[in-house]
Parts: sequence; C-alpha cells; structure tokens
Amino acid sequence: MSAVAVAPARPTITTRAMLSFFDSLIVARRNLMQIVRIPAVLVFELVQPVMFVLLFRYVFAGNIANVPPEIVELGGYVVFLMPGIIVQNAIFGATTTAIGIAEDLKSGLVDRFRSLPMARSAMLAGRATSDLIKNFILLLVVIGIGYLVGFSFKNGFVNALAMIVLVMAVSFAFSWVMAAIALSVKKLEAVQAAAFTGIFPLVFMSSALVPIAGMDGWVQAIARNNPISHWANLARYFAVGEYSQMGGTPTELIILSSVWILVLLVIFMPLSIRLYSKLT
Amino acid sequence: MVDTIIRADAITKSFGDVRAVKGVDLAVEPGTVFGLLGPNGAGKTTTIRILTTLLEPDGGSATVAGFDVVRDAEQLRPVIGLAGQFAAVDENLTGLENLEMVGRLYHLPRAEARRRAEKVLERFDLAEAAHRTAKTYSGGMRRRLDVGASLVGQPKVLFMDEPTTGLDPRSRLVLWELIRDLQKEGTTLLLCTQYLEEADQLCDRIAVIDLGTVIAEGTSEDLKDKIGGEVLELHVDAEHLGRAVETLRGLGSGEPTQDEDTRLIRVPVGSEGPMVLLETVRRLDDAGIPIEDIALHRPTLDDVFLSLTGHAAEMALEEAEEPEPQPEKRKRRRDR
Repeated sequence: MSAVAVAPARPTITTRAMLSFFDSLIVARRNLMQIVRIPAVLVFELVQPVMFVLLFRYVFAGNIANVPPEIVELGGYVVFLMPGIIVQNAIFGATTTAIGIAEDLKSGLVDRFRSLPMARSAMLAGRATSDLIKNFILLLVVIGIGYLVGFSFKNGFVNALAMIVLVMAVSFAFSWVMAAIALSVKKLEAVQAAAFTGIFPLVFMSSALVPIAGMDGWVQAIARNNPISHWANLARYFAVGEYSQMGGTPTELIILSSVWILVLLVIFMPLSIRLYSKLT
Repeated sequence: MVDTIIRADAITKSFGDVRAVKGVDLAVEPGTVFGLLGPNGAGKTTTIRILTTLLEPDGGSATVAGFDVVRDAEQLRPVIGLAGQFAAVDENLTGLENLEMVGRLYHLPRAEARRRAEKVLERFDLAEAAHRTAKTYSGGMRRRLDVGASLVGQPKVLFMDEPTTGLDPRSRLVLWELIRDLQKEGTTLLLCTQYLEEADQLCDRIAVIDLGTVIAEGTSEDLKDKIGGEVLELHVDAEHLGRAVETLRGLGSGEPTQDEDTRLIRVPVGSEGPMVLLETVRRLDDAGIPIEDIALHRPTLDDVFLSLTGHAAEMALEEAEEPEPQPEKRKRRRDR
C-alpha cells in the first residue's frame, strides 16, 4: 500500500469540542442568512400563531368552561391561553428544523457538508441553534400580540424570564426530535406531513389551549401525563402565578418539565447524529 | 509497484435488494484524470459516494490518499473535494459567502477562507457575480460555483459526479478547460460521466462500469483497440441496403452490420482501411448501388460500449430511472 499522505495527529477532545462548536455556529449563521435574505419566511411563520391567538381569543374564549377562577380574575381565558399558545408555538416552530434538513437533503447540501472535514454533529446543532434564535424572535412577537389582546405577565420579571427560558428549552429539544424525523423520512413533503400530524393531536390533548377538566375521561388521562401539559402548566405559573388545576406544585412542575426536556435531548440528539452519519 | 492515490478492492454496496455495486476494483495514479464511464444506474455515483466517505461499503475496502475510506474517514475528508451530482450551493447566500462558508468548514482562518474564495471566484469567471445570491445564477454558473466550492480546500483528490450533465455546450467547454488545468497543477481527478466524448477528451484512463462492475479498464486508445482497428461506415438508400450488405460480405476483417433505421452499414476493416474502402466503392459501383456517403472511422467509445455491454449507452439510459439529457450521438453520426 502506498502512503501518499502522512496522517495528521488526531485532534484532542477539547480541540474537537471547540471545532464542532465553531462549525455549528458557521452553519447556524448560514441558516439565519435565509431570514435576512427572505424576511417574508418569518412573516409567513407568524401567521399561524397569530391566527391561533385571535381565533381562540375572540371565537372560543366565551365558550370555554373550567378556566381556573384565579385566572378568570386576572383577565379571563386569554390569560390562560397565552402561555399555552407560546408553548405550542415553540413546538410548531421546531418543525422548521425538519423542513430545513429535508430541503438541504434535497439540494445536495447535506452531501457537501458530509464530505467536508467538519464535525458530524455541526450541521444538526447549527440548524437547532438557528431555529432556536428564530423561535426566540417569534416568541417575542407572540408575547407582544398577547399584550395587545389582553394578556400580561403577572408574576414578576424573573418568572417571566424563566418562562422564556423554559419555552426555548422545549423548542430546542423538539428541534432534535424534528431532526430525527427529517433524517428518517427524508422526503420534504412526507417530512412536513409527519411533523404536523404528530404534533397536532399532542398539543390539543394537553392543557396548552383549554383546561383538562372538560375533556373526555380517557383524553384526560393522556392530557395529564402529556409533557406538553407540564410545560404549559409551568409556563402559565411563571407568567401569572399559582392557580388551581396546576397539576402539581411549582417545584414538581419544574422537575417534571426538566426531566422531559432532558429525556428528549438524551434520546434524540445522539439518534439524529447517528442517522446523519449513516445517511445513504 | 506503481504508486496509486485511489485504490478500491472489490467494494460492494446494496440498497435493500438492489446490488448497486458488485465488486468494483480501481487503481488511480496520482496526478491523472480517471473516468468512470457508464449509463445511469451503473453504480458510478455509489462508487464515488463510497470513496468520498458519504457511504460505507458493505464489503471490500478502499483507500484514498493513503487513508482508508471507513477507518480514516476523518483524516481523509480534509484532503478531498466533492462536486456532487447536484449543484450543492446555498441559494440564499452570495457566491462569495458560499465559498467562504466552505473554507471556514475546512477550518481555514477567516482571512484565508476569504482569500481562497475570491481566488476561486476569479478563476471560475464568477468575480462579477460574487456579491449576488446564488439564486440569481444560471445553471452553468451554479455548477461552476459548486465545483469552485469543492476546490476551496485545495484537495489532493477531486471527485466529480457528472460535472457537465445538463450544461450548455459553452459551460461544458469551460469546465473541461478547468479540469485540464487542475490536472496540470497536480490534482488527481476521478470523474463520473455518461458522456463517452467527455471521457475520451479528458481522461488518462477510463473504467467502463455497467450493472455495478467494471467491465473494462484502460486508456481510451486501449479500449478502442479492444474492438479492433478502424471501421468503414457508409450510407445507401433503403431499397439497396440488403443487397449492399450482401455485396460487401467477405471484405474487411469481420462481417458487415447494418442499421435499418439509419441505413448505416459498418464494416470492420482492421488495418486494411484504404484497400477496403477502394474495393467497397468498386463493388457497389459495379452492382449499380449509389453510395450516399462513405468514410473510415477510428472506433468511438460508443462502439466500445456497444461491444462490451451488448447495449448502447443510450439504450441503457432509456431504462434508467431518471433519464438525463444525453448527447445526440446517433444523429450526429448520420450527419457526418
């Protein structure tokens, strides 16, 4: 065998971690350029949450029973709704991770990235990071719209910040779920369908949009154990303070919510990276 | 022992029941242009994807620049470049941004990435479009940008998967020129093509690949010699076709063949070309059969492909999943 090249020393763990971090930032920057170049994409993405806020606030609000009395006092259903919509939006917003990866697969950019000496995790971590930033911008806009329709934070600045951190963590974790879906399904249209059909029932069978108390018996069982309920309940607590039907004490909710986020990350981060490395 | 920079030993790869590559062997010398020639679905792309670490082979082994494509994939990637089948550029980035990004992902310092990006743009005649988003580029410009991206890392070995498929003739010539320049600078190139003319023009050595195996390997001249010497080609009108073939039987080094559709008669002539040409003209004249045109040809790679696989490259293409635009060989032959 001819050794034409001399093997460079394998980089140390620290160097590798540094390199994959910088690689991810380069990819994230490239993804964010899309928003800079075509801001309309962001505007279209805002249509859905705004529509949800307006429909639930002005069509459903008067017909929704079981709103906890503390929340009715604070301003009614819209106060219940907004933290839930914000959690829902964080999850819907993560579907762009699946779509972005599917588009890169289709255009051949994934092949290019995979043939470059960059970290195997960087393309996915970069996508998750850029979507996190995009979802943060969407979150601020949705909060702004909430203020226009009668919502406001009632539990202090620190708790409001805690809600934002929670919601961003949920969004980041779901980005990895979406990455795994995209890398398994691959075809753009199928990825879109798979992402949304999975998420829609999950969000509706939770305490994100309506109180669990009025749901059918068996749905209640699902909803009470749905992590989206834990996140929505906790987000609502951070936004407006304690209320009945919270599903646990604040501490319990923080533990449950964090565990679910960690579980998603621990399963789907390595799974996605593995799927990416083994793409055919 | 001859130095090889790309070596594949019996690599195999299946996708479900489809055996895309059934034991491909390759040996490429440094600084040469090596062609993988074959129709769609022959296994060319799968072979390239294995050699560029995008796919792990099921069996066999391969080394590029001394690195095993599976075991040493991480060390291999910095020294190779890949221009894939699609122009893999980000439409929302400018030409410069695309190349800078690739440079940064080769872990070049920012200034060096920019310097190389600008150099590549200059070289590929894209300097004026450097600050326009790739979305506004023509197909040829995109392809050039894509090939440019594969050069930012200054690879020792460059892999190109059908670099000119779908390009207009001018862009194709520009790319051919680039490939020749890169070779002069010492880069080793492995390129897949389904264009026989392209392999003939560019490649020092060619492996003809069909149904997942290499069926012939050598220089373009070797391959042409394989089917033996020159061929006499002539056209007569349809009513005289059968009689003309009868008249010519026994001439040359093999049986004459005819194509009813194109009214083309081909007579293998070995090294006796001029003699057979004279005799053909004399016999057909005696028989009162008018000749529309007549000429001696060195065999083309078309002929090679036909004789090696039993089917024309174009025929195989029609059966392939995604037919690509193809050169109109048959028509051109009638014209000359």
